[in-house]
Order: sequence, then C-alpha cells, then structure tokens
Amino acid sequence: MIAALISTPDDGPRDFAAADGAEDDALTLWVLHELHYRGFAGVDGRWEWQTSTIGLRTELERALEDRLRDRRPEPVVTGDLAVDLLRVVADDDGPSLARHVQRRATREQTLQLLRQRSLYHLKEADPTSWVIPRLSGGPKAALLEIQFDEYGNGDPRRLHHRLFQAGIEASGLLPGYAAYVDEAVLEVLEQNNALSMFGLQRRLRGAALGHLAAFEGTSSLPSRQLAQGLRRLDFPEEMAGYYDEHVEADAVHEQLALRDICVALVTAEPDLYDDVLLGAWACLDLEARTADALLTLWDAA
Amino acid sequence: MTDARSGQPEEHADVVLCPDGPMLLRGKAVVQDEDGVRHRTTRPVSAVCRCGRSALAPWCDGTHKLLRG
Repeated sequence: MIAALISTPDDGPRDFAAADGAEDDALTLWVLHELHYRGFAGVDGRWEWQTSTIGLRTELERALEDRLRDRRPEPVVTGDLAVDLLRVVADDDGPSLARHVQRRATREQTLQLLRQRSLYHLKEADPTSWVIPRLSGGPKAALLEIQFDEYGNGDPRRLHHRLFQAGIEASGLLPGYAAYVDEAVLEVLEQNNALSMFGLQRRLRGAALGHLAAFEGTSSLPSRQLAQGLRRLDFPEEMAGYYDEHVEADAVHEQLALRDICVALVTAEPDLYDDVLLGAWACLDLEARTADALLTLWDAA
Repeated sequence: MTDARSGQPEEHADVVLCPDGPMLLRGKAVVQDEDGVRHRTTRPVSAVCRCGRSALAPWCDGTHKLLRG
C-alpha cells in the first residue's frame, strides 16, 4: 500500500496489496490515519480523502472496533458515571511499565520503551483534538482547558510533544516524527490506531473522552515512577522533566476529564454512557497488552 | 450545573473541591504553604494538594489515590 500511495491519486478503485496478518493490518491503518495528521513526504495530499483509502480505513477500523468490543468484559453500570469510570481504573490489574523502569529496567530497555512511546508522544493530545467540534457547552470548554495545557498554554517551547522531542533528542534518540514506526510492536500500533479511530469517528466521541479520562487518571503516579527511573539510569534532565510535567499537569487533567468532560457529556447525551466506559476500558486494556508485550520481550514479566 | 439556590446556570467556578481529590484553582494566584512559602501558579488550572502527602506540595501529584482505603 505504501507503494500505491507514492502514485498519483485517482478516483478509481484500488486493489491495495492484500495485508499479511495482524501487524500488517495495524501498520496499514496507522499509515492511513497519518494521512489525516502530518501526511508523508512524497505522498500526494489527496490520498487522505480518496474513496479507496477511506474504504480500506473503514474496513480496518471496523475490524479493530469489533475486536475491542468482543474482548471487553461486561461493564458494571451503576448509573453514576464517575463511580463506574473510577471502578474501571481501579480494576485495572495490568502490568506496569512505569514500575519496571522505576526499579529494574536497563538503559537499553528504557530507550526501547521511549522509542515505542514516541509514536504517540510526538503527536500527544492530537487524536483527542478531533473531538472538539463534535462537542458543545461545558464538555467542549473543559476539553479545551486540557488541550491548551497539552499544547503549552501558548508557548511553543512548552508543547508537550516538543518537551518529549527535546527529551529523546537529549537521550541520543532520533527526534523526527514517527522515526521509530518500523520497530513499533503490534500492541503499540493498536494503541495509536484505537485512539485515532475514537478521535476521527464522531460516533465514537464518547469512547475518545472515556479514553482521555482513563489515560489522564492513570498518568500522575506512573509519570513520577518513570521520572525516578530515568534519573536512576542517569538520563538527561530534559527526559525526566517531561515526566515531571505530567505528574503535575495530569493531576489537574484527570479531574477535568472525569467530571467536567465525561460526566457532563453523559448528562447531555445519556446514550454515550456505555461508549465512555468502552473508551476507558480500551485505554487500559491496550496499555496492559503493550506492557505484556514489552515485558515478555525483556523476559521481565 | 445550576446554582443551588436560584436554579440559574451558575458561574464558572474559580475554585473546585474535587471529591477525594485536590482543589482546582483557575487563573493566576499565589498559594502560601504551611511553612509560609509562596508559590505562584504556572498553568491556567492548578491542582492544590488537599491530602497533605504530595511530594510536589502545594501542588497535587496524585498521591491521594494511594491513601484510599
């Protein structure tokens, strides 16, 4: 499919080379999503909205959504969304990469983790920005309050993805956008793909915001562990500082995401209750799978 | 959200006490801690520690979640 994208787009149907397994599917969907973010040098911008690429994206997203829904256990629904969301987070018993970095990870494992994380952190908060025009009132204003902070409060040097970039560059890694996609494990690609899918599909806005609530709600404490681990391994201050920033910022964001965004959204649109819980569960499930994959790779599970 | 007394849409709160969590503080402010040291807010919304255990005091660092029964 990459080869096809180098060509000039046309309206005709395209028979992209048949995908070869789950990893190929995930990478293909990641590439299709990237057409909506920064695109690729040498790829005609019109490919973003060709019937052929949109058709393939739709097919791959449908399969991803089905896999998530099939895997998800029956949610506990009390009618109090804040309680149910906090329960999803509390029930998360996945392994923790942050704890591993804090205590035992080698420098090489930590560099590998940063390369895997770079896929998301170099476009941090962008997938959730797709949701903004689909909201109104309180949830919209509260989401903007988070996003403005993610984007440096008007200071380009404080953009979170810029802070990450400075951190990995100081750590000797390539700072380029998506520089490490070729070594991304399937689980990391799926994490990114699910987030982009939730953001790009208006229908799934509840899932996008439930994902945000779970992500922010499980960030402060692990970020502190990561900062401690990075200092244990003598990583540069820029890298540890990126996680310091997230300890403090995400302590704010998790409060806004839970009540001012998710609870307010579901109050206005009760039909989205289950999707909010789906997004929160998916966030934690996909992170647990990534942690499992990397810890197994390092034989540290 | 509506005002508890008037039933009118309420003003946007500058200070929010989060259940089992920090106090959110909107806008520029100077917070004086227990030792009399003053800390200027650095972000549009800040979370002020209410559990007394934060390593980043006076700001919240999420530690309160480890204290839940």
